[in-house]
Amino acid sequence: MDILQTLKDLWEGSGFNSFFVDGGWKNLVMIGIACVLLYLGIKKKFEPLLLVGIAFGCLLVNLSYFGPDSTDALYHPELWTNFLNPDHPDYHSYGTILTHGGLLDILYIGVKAGIYPSLIFMGVGAMTDFGPLIANPKSLLLGAAAQMGVFLAFFGAAASGFFTGNQAASIGIIGGADGPTAIFLTTKLAPELLGPIAIAAYSYMALIPMIQPPLMKLLTTEKERKVKMEQNRVVSKTEKIIFPIIVAMFVILLLPSTAPLIGCLMLGNLWRECGVTERLSDTVQNALMNIVTIFLGISVGATTAADSFLNLKTILIIVLGLTAFAFSTVGGLLVGKLMYYLTGGKVNPLIGSAGVSAVPMAARVAQTEGQKANPSNFLLMHAMGPNVAGVIGSAIAAGFLLTVFG
Amino acid sequence: MNLALLAAQTTDSGTKMEIGDAALVAIVGYGVVFLGIVLLMVILYITGSIFKKRDAKAAAAKAAEAKNEVKPAPASVMDAPAAPGSAGHVKLNGVPEKDAAMIMAIVADKMQTPLNELRFISIKEVE
Repeated sequence: MDILQTLKDLWEGSGFNSFFVDGGWKNLVMIGIACVLLYLGIKKKFEPLLLVGIAFGCLLVNLSYFGPDSTDALYHPELWTNFLNPDHPDYHSYGTILTHGGLLDILYIGVKAGIYPSLIFMGVGAMTDFGPLIANPKSLLLGAAAQMGVFLAFFGAAASGFFTGNQAASIGIIGGADGPTAIFLTTKLAPELLGPIAIAAYSYMALIPMIQPPLMKLLTTEKERKVKMEQNRVVSKTEKIIFPIIVAMFVILLLPSTAPLIGCLMLGNLWRECGVTERLSDTVQNALMNIVTIFLGISVGATTAADSFLNLKTILIIVLGLTAFAFSTVGGLLVGKLMYYLTGGKVNPLIGSAGVSAVPMAARVAQTEGQKANPSNFLLMHAMGPNVAGVIGSAIAAGFLLTVFG
Repeated sequence: MNLALLAAQTTDSGTKMEIGDAALVAIVGYGVVFLGIVLLMVILYITGSIFKKRDAKAAAAKAAEAKNEVKPAPASVMDAPAAPGSAGHVKLNGVPEKDAAMIMAIVADKMQTPLNELRFISIKEVE
């Protein structure tokens, strides 16, 4: 046995050697990015439930994938490229993925098939009280207005000349501030951009307490921020039970492409409200949500292989994503101001900023800013109306983009 | 213009979208979101008004029934004399005393006002 040759083979087969050949340095950069994301998730508590999984998925793929020859990799981008290529024999072949894929390839099937985002929506529905929205239906308008960033970022991405319409639509939906919707739409329209879009969406959602307050102060006056809103009417149990049924029927009939998201959201909510399925509601809110979050986080992180992540498009996506977020906040605030004037000062425009989804963080930011202006101000329940309306609004926006580009 | 056809032409051929076409999709998309939301809002107002009327009828019937029934008033905590320095009794509707104490403490903390400077008239559970 040639010990030296064995040691040489061992070295050449190791990841350490791969860092120094064929652009392996990019993997080192990605490992650095993964460590920064882990720091943000663990130390700064930025969306830790998802960001820690995404960051570790990013770490795992960049430790094991150094090009198509990496047979031991946990994730193989080329398998998915073939999966999407109509001219390749492995086109739409899950069998090939199961036979040749690594652990993360197999978990990624749930993302590719749109299963995880829909199940997350089911959990969100089971955790959401739509009472404030039912009590004050005009807050739905704020949820619609806050989709402005989606379409502005779409336009910006398409006009930049760097992206196709499908890719621009996927970038725009970052402005919906709704991670599952962004993942759902991107896997359908531009799966090659899933990594940067998912990371941008979740990072900006986590940064809402930093992104929104300056815009809120810029666009509202002290007097407007001090407005105390009247208490909402009491919503009966029957109304809460009927609500998910009506919304599912109406929105799915309007835009059938929203069926997976709106259908799951409303089914989860019906389980919560109907009063006879506590066990199911509890399972969806906790056990199922946690399991899906684990799979979703780690498999989305796996799409950040250095070759596909480190390029100009990723930087543009990060910039356009921030623009989308900022303009969605602006859209909500502007319509909030309009409602303030139309109601003779009864609506605090700060609740408009909660029209971006990001439940319940955006509503909490509105509450915090309202209380800074007037310590006796309690805007949380008023902001929850536009906040949950934003979930419906971003699902409708995604449904429209899917109808046009899908 | 058929937006789906436009999108198919631009993406299938691998060419980028024209600025005008992108603007059109953006404007129509934002409009569709508003249209869907406004229609949903109208439906919610209609169902809400139906339930409000029904609740008002039920409340009126209940009030009439209560008026017809003359019951001797039971002795309650509300009749007991208030403690020295107290602002009076707080009426609890479906809220356990422990929860009420917690709510009052949270409100005082959020308002940064000592609890003994606040007066709570009633606490009602909103279902």
